[in-house]
Amino acid sequence: MNWDWDAVRDFMPLFRDGLVVTLQALAVGSLIAFTLGLVWALLMRAPTRWVRWPVGTVTEFVRDTPLLVQLFFLFYVLPEWGLTLSAMTTGVMAIGLHYSTYTMQVYRAGIEGVPPGQWEAAIALNLSRARTWRAVILPQAVRRVVPALGNYVIAMLKDTPMLMAITVLEMLGRARLFSQASFRFTEPLTVIGVAFIVISFLASVLLRTLERRLVR
Amino acid sequence: MTTGLWELVLTGVWTTVQLLVLSALLGAAVAFVAGIGRVHRWWAVRFLAGFYTEVFRGTSALVMIFWVFFVLPPAFGWQLVPLWAGTLALGLTYGAYGAEIVRGALLAVDPAQNEGGIALGFTPGQRLRRILLPQAVPEMIPPFSNLLVELLKGTALVSVMGMGDLAFSGNLVRLALQESAEIYTYVLLIYFVIAFLLTRLMRGLETRLKAGLR
Repeated sequence: MNWDWDAVRDFMPLFRDGLVVTLQALAVGSLIAFTLGLVWALLMRAPTRWVRWPVGTVTEFVRDTPLLVQLFFLFYVLPEWGLTLSAMTTGVMAIGLHYSTYTMQVYRAGIEGVPPGQWEAAIALNLSRARTWRAVILPQAVRRVVPALGNYVIAMLKDTPMLMAITVLEMLGRARLFSQASFRFTEPLTVIGVAFIVISFLASVLLRTLERRLVR
Repeated sequence: MTTGLWELVLTGVWTTVQLLVLSALLGAAVAFVAGIGRVHRWWAVRFLAGFYTEVFRGTSALVMIFWVFFVLPPAFGWQLVPLWAGTLALGLTYGAYGAEIVRGALLAVDPAQNEGGIALGFTPGQRLRRILLPQAVPEMIPPFSNLLVELLKGTALVSVMGMGDLAFSGNLVRLALQESAEIYTYVLLIYFVIAFLLTRLMRGLETRLKAGLR
């Protein structure tokens, strides 16, 4: 195997731009996944099964089918339906939607993990339903779910290269551009591989710190 | 859709199923070797197994696919058929996740079971084969079932390399039809059905393995 440091140096400007796009996609994607997941989890607690059944079926379907095909679906179908969005917007929507079906499960477990006594206490204090959720249940549920949500942030990070398939130039997309121009594959792919490991590692360290803070 | 296009989709399904079966077999083999390696008595074995799982779990599946397709062949002078390259990439990536499942299940077996084996004079290999694995394997089935669905979704990634799997043939049909909603809906439905069947299969396997233990 021959390794060329000049290729690494030449790849750096492209790598930096790709890194920025990857992190942006990750940030917006996580935000959508966290918000939408909570919405699904709350809808799954609806008193009527006419709400629970469709939400349950759709999220199950989204969770069990490939994100890549979902990306293609949104990227090619939305314009046919008269909705033209940028590739990046479509991409973060797909990632956010896909992972919201995972975070939904996390929230659900978190909410179910709040001791029943807390609900009873809220009733005893005559708190309204909205107030109970806001002041009693959600703060306790969210604290429990942080570690699991963090794992999905790392999973999302590792799925961002798929955005390449719908023309978003994140890290892997830029590596491919570089390879096509220079015929060097080893260096750019190794650089972004290492970058993924480093970011995953930093994220898990950050997560552990956050967990310790919340537990206190 | 015309018959010709349906044939294209079915060829894609066949490639996806082949890829799924081959990479699941390779992944399971790798998972067992690396998972057992992570609890081995020798430091060097634990380190190697740990290094492999960290690298493959820390990077992205798609990056690893690119790496297996573009870096390995010239480096070692290999000429890999796409199906085997895809199997290698997916098997190694998902094998690393599987290794953690195997490790967790082995550690979950009551330590007294292992000590009992030592007291009876079993060799480490015998303890693994006759005491640890028979108890650990049924515990691995539910997480492996989830992983298998992840692997199925992962097979779509090799379509980026131009492999004629289900996701790839879906794209070809889209180009032929100049229409996307219909074809992608079919493609997603087919993936969903395969995932459903896989989950069922694994549940049956779990019931049989647990019955064997009693």
